Amino acid sequence: MTLNKHIATHVRDIPRSGIRDFFEIVQSMKDVISLGIGEPDFHTPWRIREAAIYSLERGHTGYTSNLGLPKLREGIAGYVAKNFGIQYDPKTEIIVTVGVSEAIDLALRALVNPGDEVLYHEPCYVSYSPSVVLAHGKPVAVPTLAADNFRLTAQELAKKITPQSKVLMMNFPCNPTGATQSLEELGKIAKLCEQHDLVVLTDEIYSELTYDGAEHTSIASLPGMRDRCVFLHGFSKAFAMTGFRIGYACAPPILTEAMMKVHQYAILCANTMAQDAAIEALESGANDVAAMRKQYEARRNFIVTSLNDMGLPCFRPHGAFYVFPDIRGTGLSSREFSLRLLETKQVACVPGPAFGPGGEGHIRCSYATGLDQIKVAMKRMAEFVAEVRK
Amino acid sequence: MDKILPLLRNDARASIADLAKQASLSEAEVVRRIKVLEDDGVILGYHAIVDPQKVARECVAALIEVKLTPEREGGFDRMAERIARFPEVQGCYLMSGGYDLLVIVEGRTLHEVAGFVSEKLSTIKGVVGTATHFRLKAYKENGVALKREQGPQRLAVAP
Repeated sequence: MTLNKHIATHVRDIPRSGIRDFFEIVQSMKDVISLGIGEPDFHTPWRIREAAIYSLERGHTGYTSNLGLPKLREGIAGYVAKNFGIQYDPKTEIIVTVGVSEAIDLALRALVNPGDEVLYHEPCYVSYSPSVVLAHGKPVAVPTLAADNFRLTAQELAKKITPQSKVLMMNFPCNPTGATQSLEELGKIAKLCEQHDLVVLTDEIYSELTYDGAEHTSIASLPGMRDRCVFLHGFSKAFAMTGFRIGYACAPPILTEAMMKVHQYAILCANTMAQDAAIEALESGANDVAAMRKQYEARRNFIVTSLNDMGLPCFRPHGAFYVFPDIRGTGLSSREFSLRLLETKQVACVPGPAFGPGGEGHIRCSYATGLDQIKVAMKRMAEFVAEVRK
Repeated sequence: MDKILPLLRNDARASIADLAKQASLSEAEVVRRIKVLEDDGVILGYHAIVDPQKVARECVAALIEVKLTPEREGGFDRMAERIARFPEVQGCYLMSGGYDLLVIVEGRTLHEVAGFVSEKLSTIKGVVGTATHFRLKAYKENGVALKREQGPQRLAVAP
């Protein structure tokens, strides 16, 4: 029996992930310094891990409410109000999910009819286009450019809006570029969304990780935007809790209720002890987050200077833990650059096109790696670039 | 606080070039700032953090609770400073609670530490009483856990 013809067409047509491909090559090699990892290198702070252990000790091993533990939702409401200036009712407007990935899936499935167009900026997180396809929508990429420090501009966005456009997905600070939005540009984008009646999914998973005193502003906090936004956030990056898989979506009650229908049948509820750990993170994790942010900032400074010094231009990103240098000066494609760097110098980066075709000419370097490792990696990369240019 | 300080507290052996890159300052500026920190006595020294159990030389450490009668005009300060001058004393702190000074003493043998307490410390005028607690085993030194935890297990490449 050939099962291939049984696979749903839209799933079959999703291309294999460029990252998975690369991961398998890296895994087969020894002594690689990886700048290709999109998760913190820090352990989850001990007090948070300890809260998860305590949760098990107390026997918190059953389901929770579909929406998530009431205490966690109250904590999230307080956190979002304090840090983002947006008020959500924990009883009807917040849903705890299995990471932001699930929240994105819920929002898209709740909103998209077959053929509806979903706009997103590119280069972007690897799941955006496939998530839209899986929800039977039509993904429409809006290019962001190195010349604009990879900001999404209202001007480029306007060019892609059609009568079928329904949703705009945004992720700032951005994986893979580290880009952040200016308040002014956000205002223009918000105006476009109002004009064309778009719902905005705003994935702000890196919002705590902003540097140089840059203030993060959520588009959902702009006047009139709360009621057309799904605010998506989680614990993975700032609290170094990737494996706990806890994210959340905040949205007006009708939208939350629609997402809830998908969530309750597909997932039921997020992991209970991880929810207990998340409560602890909100109550007492702020100092740990601040300490990690300081280390990321020092590493960012180091890596940005090193890359520019070796002739791989990159702007100084104000957020997330990625830099997205331009490698075109070497005459290599992103994939050739990454493969040869890996083979000759045992340093792994992710080729830019893994984040959409607009990433060609760039590579993503993550600085969620210890400074000692980053130092060695930068030295090896500088040697590599010099050799290639000879 | 100078932004060089947390970088040095994290790794006092970092090179000037590395510090400059991390702080986004010129190397000359880093050198200047370190000199100011040293001259002002903000940075008191640079020391290795050592696991006492892995050093061949025998080393005995004790925490000593000291009760004092404060002096007129000197309070606790003059006596505490006098005690802190002994080279055996590694740390000396004025405390709230049931006693006045916490003195951390290191010596080569139990005998040596006991001798310091009975002959030097207790005989100082104004010392009313002492209670000595010997260290049995170390788990953390200067914020560094002696049992090293492996980094979190991560995939080699992840989105």
